[in-house]
Amino acid sequence: MQFGIFTVGDVTVDPTTGREPTEHERIKAMVAIALKAEEVGLDVFATGEHHNPPFVPSSPTTMLGYIAARTERLLLSTATTLITTNDPVKIAEDYAMLQHLSGGRVDLMMGRGNTGPVYPWFGKDIRAGIPLAIENYDLLHRLWREDVVDWKGKYRTPLQSFTSTPRPLDGVPPFVWHGSIRSPEIAEQAAYYGDGFFANHIFWPKEHTQRMIGLYRQRFAHYGHGSADQAIVGLGGQVFMRRNSQDAVREFRPYFDNAPVYGHGPSLEEFTRETPLTVGSPQQVIDRTLGFREYVGDYQRQLFLMDHAGLPLKTVLEQLDLLGEEVVPVLRKEFDALRPAHVPAAPTHASLVAAAGGAKDSTVHAVDDVTGKAPEGATR
Amino acid sequence: MTRRSLAVISAGLSQPSSTRLLADQLAAATRDELVRRGSEVQLHVVDLREYAHDVVNNMLTGFAPAALREVIDTVTGADGIIAVTPIFSASYNGLFKSFFDVLDAESLIDRPVLIGATGGTARHSLALEHAVRPMFAYLRSVVVPTAVFAAPEDWSDGTADGALRARIRRAAGELADQIERRPPATGPADPFALTTDFLQMLGRGDGPTVS
Repeated sequence: MQFGIFTVGDVTVDPTTGREPTEHERIKAMVAIALKAEEVGLDVFATGEHHNPPFVPSSPTTMLGYIAARTERLLLSTATTLITTNDPVKIAEDYAMLQHLSGGRVDLMMGRGNTGPVYPWFGKDIRAGIPLAIENYDLLHRLWREDVVDWKGKYRTPLQSFTSTPRPLDGVPPFVWHGSIRSPEIAEQAAYYGDGFFANHIFWPKEHTQRMIGLYRQRFAHYGHGSADQAIVGLGGQVFMRRNSQDAVREFRPYFDNAPVYGHGPSLEEFTRETPLTVGSPQQVIDRTLGFREYVGDYQRQLFLMDHAGLPLKTVLEQLDLLGEEVVPVLRKEFDALRPAHVPAAPTHASLVAAAGGAKDSTVHAVDDVTGKAPEGATR
Repeated sequence: MTRRSLAVISAGLSQPSSTRLLADQLAAATRDELVRRGSEVQLHVVDLREYAHDVVNNMLTGFAPAALREVIDTVTGADGIIAVTPIFSASYNGLFKSFFDVLDAESLIDRPVLIGATGGTARHSLALEHAVRPMFAYLRSVVVPTAVFAAPEDWSDGTADGALRARIRRAAGELADQIERRPPATGPADPFALTTDFLQMLGRGDGPTVS
């Protein structure tokens, strides 16, 4: 099972000091957090993508490429990549490039984005969010699998004899997750392709997650990718820990009370009861997280949101120490012991290459290797 | 015997509340009318006051706490709705509006609704027509023609009588008519139900749908 962290990349005032970091500080903090994730033995770092203040990560592959160069093992991912407003051609190119540079340490999570104004800034309409996600991803899926693509759709200019370069590393596209909180269409999409499904899981009651994962598993089996319990599931989680749980509650409360998403609403106690948020000791986090499997089944990836609500970098790094040293090793052992043999682990580049029968270079040369001709319509 | 459920929503804030009193009388009259016509009726009375914090939390977090969830499911799954609010500043009160704001905008389509209101003077009575009825028009509910407003003088005996009683009876009859024209409700819609399949979404079926 993979464990990691996902970050929204928000610039938020620390409510205990009134201090707001600069964009530069926040960007550097995100990198420091990613490096720390590798240092403490986590598997995955995933960044959000946003195109409006107070968020900094508008250019995920730039950041992930930099992190890739400074890490050895860490899997780089997104949470989420906007499949609605990004050009699928640019996603295909950017992430294939990142895949090469990182040595295959990349996967992506597709999301729609729920900020209305962002859509028109990129020439799109939020009311077409689902159709955009469906059409764009279908094109992306082909661009990584077909060397030469002819394509016509509703939301983008047509493609004639288009080759997305670089071709995926070893001929194997990055693994893709689809994230959605409450749109059954997206669970259906993930199931259709046999891709992974990620439930954000934080901010909402567990019943939402349970229903969405249940639907995804059922449709995964329907489309013939394996049995329902072999579907690839990821979950979010949100925790704050101190060795003594009372200290955790005391320290986290002002951040909770003023947090951008749920601040000034329910109490910390209510929210902890209604959602997977856990504020307490490492043991409490272990117990709660192990409980997730009781309502979604054996799953493959657990990401935690650790750096938000204005928490200072120093605190976040301390949290990562606790997560990496005390929580994840226990979870890894417990989850692995519980998981039946026929339930797969999360796909990695190595496992996908093995499944494809080995690595093959998939470079498309300007001249067709077989016929000696240039691709149709190419000028040389 | 047909089973029918009535959700009775009162946004009254004081206790005891004249809004609740009007809601109860509308509910009893509708129940009696439906029973007279051979239905079995289950009444669910909701004092929104008890869920005021939950409603605000729902607005802030995007999900309903468990207790409110149950109320929402009851209301959106009912055969008919009686919705009664005190008139504040020439309109429904904020609690009443907030409750309907957190419902899925499509959850009350074609649902028979009887609207009622209370106010400090009869001069507020048209707020039912210029504020409450348009809100339900937006939700595409079917609001019965008779809306019932109760002013202080209507409660002179501590109970509705005279003109108010006649109006309650007429409104209840209209609501019963609308409920009887429809098959029994099947409960709240499932927001997670898949209503399409992938090939259809991809445009290889009936074409992509733009909502």
